Amino acid sequence: MSPLFDLAVAVARIAVFISFCLGLVVILTWVERKGAAYIQDRRGPNRARILGLTLGGIFHPLADAIKFLFKEDFIPDGAHRLFYQMAPMFALAPAIMTMAVIPFGPPVTIAGHQIPLQIADLNVGILYLFAISGMTVYGVVLAGWASNSKYPLLGGLRSSAQMLSYEVSMGLSVVGILMVFQSVQLSEIARGQGELLFGILPKWGVFVQPLGFILFLTALYAEANRTPFDLPEGESELVAGYHTEYGSFKFSMFMMAEYIHMVVGSAVLVTLFFGGWQFPYLADAGFAFPGGVSFAVPAWAVLSLRIGSFVVKTVFFCWVYVWVRWTIPRFRYDQVMRLGWKVMLPLALINIFVTGLVLLLIDKGI
Amino acid sequence: MAIRVVKVARPEKMSFGESVYLLEIVKGLGVTMRHFLRNMARQENIPTIEYPEVRRVMPARFRGCHRLMKRPGGAPRCVACYMCATACPAKCITIVAGESPDPKIEKYPVRFDIDMLRCVFCGQCVEACPVDAIRMDTGWYTMPENTREKLIYTIDMLLEK
Ligand code: SF4
Ligand code: SF4
Repeated sequence: MSPLFDLAVAVARIAVFISFCLGLVVILTWVERKGAAYIQDRRGPNRARILGLTLGGIFHPLADAIKFLFKEDFIPDGAHRLFYQMAPMFALAPAIMTMAVIPFGPPVTIAGHQIPLQIADLNVGILYLFAISGMTVYGVVLAGWASNSKYPLLGGLRSSAQMLSYEVSMGLSVVGILMVFQSVQLSEIARGQGELLFGILPKWGVFVQPLGFILFLTALYAEANRTPFDLPEGESELVAGYHTEYGSFKFSMFMMAEYIHMVVGSAVLVTLFFGGWQFPYLADAGFAFPGGVSFAVPAWAVLSLRIGSFVVKTVFFCWVYVWVRWTIPRFRYDQVMRLGWKVMLPLALINIFVTGLVLLLIDKGI
Repeated sequence: MAIRVVKVARPEKMSFGESVYLLEIVKGLGVTMRHFLRNMARQENIPTIEYPEVRRVMPARFRGCHRLMKRPGGAPRCVACYMCATACPAKCITIVAGESPDPKIEKYPVRFDIDMLRCVFCGQCVEACPVDAIRMDTGWYTMPENTREKLIYTIDMLLEK
């Protein structure tokens, strides 16, 4: 059809997915504070009110945003002016860019056109994801270095070392998935997880690659600088780590980058290991349970169930980030390095080896 | 008493399950989730006191803000003897004495200011007073204010409490 139609579709997809992610970010900041409070037997935010309604403090993110906008936007005296201002953008931009390749639903057909529900269905999929998310470390390191202050510098150093180490295990931990589904394209991987394993289990990544899942989850937390790997911003020793010298909206850009990282990280995790938009036992025509029971479901319901399942899974893993943060204490730095190089890396390699062996044996028909 | 070395019993070694760490994380997640759900379900059991609206009830002998006692007629009981000002370690009581209109009483305080910013709530003034004119039984500590002047409590404020 016309290029105008294509353009409209592209813009609509971007608008829908970005507003989903950013909306989730806003809610997540609230969930983080409220969840932390309940886990620690406190009440959490409950003061901001609109028209006498507090609704459990849901207006606090709004109040925070307004507060950040009205704060003084300063640059410390000794800071490198250009890099200091570039750092928050470097942190935020890659986080937003990684959203592009995540399939949030199956392809739909509108007016005879097949439209993938994904901003960009790149054939390099996962490689793009790693390439872009690897860039976030520049934001952190730049911030640490450009602030011209001790604590941010230490935070930046720590994060560069940590991210580099865990990038390795992260990359290796998904190799198993790539081998099983024989594609690096995320839409292909999501589609591949619709099949059944041994006729009962959905063929989700977590069932075929349990070790890969644990390694990926750990590396994901380390990449997103979340507890127990939040050494770059360890409050008890580094004040606030790499963003100590930042205030006003620049600081909130770092915060936003962290939360977008969480959302995108959960979405990637869901896509790789939890079937993406797949709803268990739901095929294109309707439910088909292992026992041979099946009933038809209209196409629109299938679509909304699938998108809904993607959303629910993503939200759940966002919550797991929060949950883990308020459960596990921070590692010591040498422990982080030991875990990364001496435990995760060998395990990831073993995982690849075993996966390859099993695939070969299946191929040979044994 | 002689100093003794106390040996604290520590677990010998981590068991295999503990050193793998994953199972322990899951247990920990269970603990936090239990707290989370319990507090979600029964919000009234959260021990937080929502301060400006709800105030903690102080114990009966809590040494709080001062007040000055009155005579049956409403005049201050204080006889402006300067005992409290003398006893005060923070030197925060300012008294100006005047001649009392009542012939039975010699003096009364024209001015009686307590600088609450300097007061250390030691209670020496209460101990020193010969006529039990000053007490610290209001059950509450100094309220926050936005200027220093408002925190110098005058005789009218102290009599009112
Ligand atoms: S409580 Fe202590 S410091 Fe305060 S006015 Fe009395 S004597 Fe002074
Ligand atoms: S000691 Fe008692 S009577 Fe004497 S000046 Fe102080 S409050 Fe008044």
